[in-house]
Amino acid sequence: MNILVCIKQVPDMEAKFAVAANGVWYDPTDLAWRMNEYDEYGVEQAVQLKEQVAGSDVTVLCIGTDKAKEIMKKALAMGCDRGVHVADDEVFSREPYEIAAIIAEFARDKGFDLVITGMQSQDRGSAQVGLLVAEMLDLPGISTVVGCSLDGDGLALSRELEGGVRAKVRVNLPALFTCQLGLNKPRYPTLPNIMKAKKKELITIAVADLLKVAGRQATTALFVPQKKGGGLVLEGDPAELADKLIGILKEKTTVLS
Amino acid sequence: MKCLLIGEYRQGEMLSSVYELFGFAAGIGAEAALFLVGSEAAVPAADIGVYLADAERYGEYQPQVHQRLIAAAVERYQPDLIVFSHSSYGWDMAPRVAYRLGAAQVSEVVDFVDGEPVAPVCNGKLRRRIALKTARTVLTLQAGAFSAATLPAGSPNIEAVEADEQPRIIFEGYEQAPAADVDLSKAEVIVSAGRGIGKPDNVAMIAELAKKLGGEYGASRPVVDAEWVAHERQVGTTGQTVSPKLYVACGISGAIQHLAGMKKSEFVVAVNTDKDAPIGEVADVLVVADVTQFIPVLSEKLG
Ligand SMILES: Cc1cc2nc3c(=O)[nH]c(=O)nc-3n(C[C@H](O)[C@H](O)[C@H](O)COP(=O)(O)OP(=O)(O)OC[C@H]3O[C@@H](n4cnc5c(N)ncnc54)[C@H](O)[C@@H]3O)c2cc1C
Repeated sequence: MNILVCIKQVPDMEAKFAVAANGVWYDPTDLAWRMNEYDEYGVEQAVQLKEQVAGSDVTVLCIGTDKAKEIMKKALAMGCDRGVHVADDEVFSREPYEIAAIIAEFARDKGFDLVITGMQSQDRGSAQVGLLVAEMLDLPGISTVVGCSLDGDGLALSRELEGGVRAKVRVNLPALFTCQLGLNKPRYPTLPNIMKAKKKELITIAVADLLKVAGRQATTALFVPQKKGGGLVLEGDPAELADKLIGILKEKTTVLS
Repeated sequence: MKCLLIGEYRQGEMLSSVYELFGFAAGIGAEAALFLVGSEAAVPAADIGVYLADAERYGEYQPQVHQRLIAAAVERYQPDLIVFSHSSYGWDMAPRVAYRLGAAQVSEVVDFVDGEPVAPVCNGKLRRRIALKTARTVLTLQAGAFSAATLPAGSPNIEAVEADEQPRIIFEGYEQAPAADVDLSKAEVIVSAGRGIGKPDNVAMIAELAKKLGGEYGASRPVVDAEWVAHERQVGTTGQTVSPKLYVACGISGAIQHLAGMKKSEFVVAVNTDKDAPIGEVADVLVVADVTQFIPVLSEKLG
């Protein structure tokens, strides 16, 4: 099985975000960066399928600045065979339609049997890229996948709906799916695999070679939302905090009486 | 301005989230019509225009086919906006429809200011305003961001829509979550563990506090995905919806999908090391502290 898995580098969401000087995105300095959580499940699923189907090959693709190679190395250490880094210093301003067009342009003539993406990124959260790639490549696309197994020459997938309900679907290859949290247990790269990954092929393509479309929307302003509700904020020593909280619960709720 | 509102039909019924779409359209002063792959019986008895495709024929989940059906309705109604809920159906269909129409798509819209949608970034810590460059736009709306509308009394004006696209996915049916042993919806107090508890051993201190408060313990999704806590205790859109007298969120950031499951709680306490965590928006009290230090102290003081 010839698999393409697409990953993105995102900031750790626990950071304190500041608006960048351009006013339309967050300031990328002083942030800790990691692989988009949803994509970790994608890498793991690609590697698991490779382990199940002899002769498989997994390409990992990432559009990003030079720094994004960090997560590509992790993906290679998790078991991907080769990396394609699409070098793009403007990655933060790209909308899903442009990102999908770049991926589709790369994948079009490569004969992938399966394309895997995360269902969304943690920063933008648009949940569009995977399905747009499926449209652009004319592949059946299934989103929000929480279960994946081989089924004859296709895949049996389970799509997560609301309230614990799942839809069972079957699809023939070639196909594309997007990963939801909990699809599998992403492995930690082991030291020997991290060493091995250093020897794996990691090529760089300039974004200009793959981006052939114009954007359909643009962020005009990024801002910190005004705090609407927001109650009392308590800070200090744990023992004092506990006393204060107990006092408040006695006053404001009936659970301690 | 005209909006085509895309209803959702599951297991024979139209989901009530569609009324929020009507609320959105009314809020921006737009004319609206409903599109539904469903049945006549599921269409609300109201004075609205409806483009109806038969779910018996086209299936409840057949995205390629639904894409063509929606495109056919767009062709007839000529809307400026095609509006979905940001739900498992909406985020799945919206990009396909946008692509087919050559339209821009903005996801999880929470506001609409001077013709520009506003959407969250980074778990709601930031927001952005978006300028649209296409004649038509596809939007998905965050659940709860727009109030539900009451529809005008009357009878619907239904037009059938058809398409002859062949399915490319075989839909084999729904799988329900197994029946739960604990019913969180009945608990008066829920203490929930989030990823911030750090390790599975710390679930015990959360359970202990829940017991001291006479309630049950719950969890956010990552804690369930990591199998530290059973799925039946997950709170949120893909878990339980709860409304206890007291909800204590321990090491939970407050993602919208978690909030959707607990924001009706009467009193919310959040314990988080991050003063800016979005959970602060719904918390009556935000205790800025390390869960592993604070929770044992609190439990002990409760005796
Ligand atoms: C379609 C969909 C459905 C989903 N359904 C659900 C759902 O039903 N329920 C759900 O919960 N999520 C759901 N999610 C996931 C959701 O988006 C978030 O990823 C999830 O809620 C985050 O869980 P968390 O807050 O525990 O973890 P994180 O977001 O990682 O937050 C951890 C928090 O702990 C704090 N922290 C860290 N260390 C400490 C410490 N020592 N002491 C105190 N605080 C600490 C951090 O500051 C942070 O705020 C869904 C997502 C999608 C896309």
